[in-house]
Amino acid sequence: MATEHEHSSVKTYLLIGLILTVITAAEVAIFYIPAIADTGWLAPVLVTMSAGKFALVVMFYMHLKFDSRIFSVAFFAPMVLAMVVVVSIILLFKVLPAYLP
Amino acid sequence: MAEAHALAAHPPTSTGLDSRKVGFWVFLGSETLFFGSFISAYMAYKNESVVGPYTTEILDIPLTSVSTFVLLMSSLAMVLALASVQQASRKNSLLWLGVTILLGTTFLGFQAFEFTEFYHHGLTLQTNLFGSTFFILTGFHGAHVTIGVIWLFVLWLQALLGRLGPDKALNVEIAGLYWHFVDIVWIALFTLIYLIQ
Repeated sequence: MATEHEHSSVKTYLLIGLILTVITAAEVAIFYIPAIADTGWLAPVLVTMSAGKFALVVMFYMHLKFDSRIFSVAFFAPMVLAMVVVVSIILLFKVLPAYLP
Repeated sequence: MAEAHALAAHPPTSTGLDSRKVGFWVFLGSETLFFGSFISAYMAYKNESVVGPYTTEILDIPLTSVSTFVLLMSSLAMVLALASVQQASRKNSLLWLGVTILLGTTFLGFQAFEFTEFYHHGLTLQTNLFGSTFFILTGFHGAHVTIGVIWLFVLWLQALLGRLGPDKALNVEIAGLYWHFVDIVWIALFTLIYLIQ
């Protein structure tokens, strides 16, 4: 049966806050390194770091790591649909036109 | 402890979960679709403007990095506020709710400054595709932050009047879920709008 579990400790919250700060600083630093942009890896690296921050907030600050899976389904099912829409639009407007005659 | 209070204040449900919390998570799920549609529009028209100002000319990365940090720290303050309410610490509840409100208001101040600067540089909702999609997307996010600040201020007043004990922890938790959602939306927007140009 689904339950609502105990949440993280204050120490964990502070650690997550520190990690979020470090990742954000790293994102901004990477943005200013032209060598990374030249390789074409800037966007994938930044999206991965952003996804990491997103996951930390959702898992620990929003307690999904400890709470019932029903909450996870209620949130992630529409979120996946939203991501499919965003990716589809990007493919339709930005990628596919390059392959059209 | 908070769980016991929440269960005591709410009749049993078939899932064993508080209906208010389930309903709020469903609402947050619908919000991902709401913002997903605006992000789709922004991405579809990204770098398609035929007149300036363009993104590379106008976006202020150092300023927005600071406002992003402010919003991230407000999320930290929010979880500390929830922990304080659960531990029945009125003093800390007032402190951390107050800090969250202050940081949220600071973020809104940064956004107001940014919008004003853009306006002075000639970028409005009607100027070009960037202006239209940018102001709609970040404007709706700012509206969500504003609602969050008002909500938190009401909770702060309840704490001030001594009406925000551990039995009301679920109210603070739900407000916190909303606040963290606003934060994760900005995490995505900061990367998609400002860092990936």
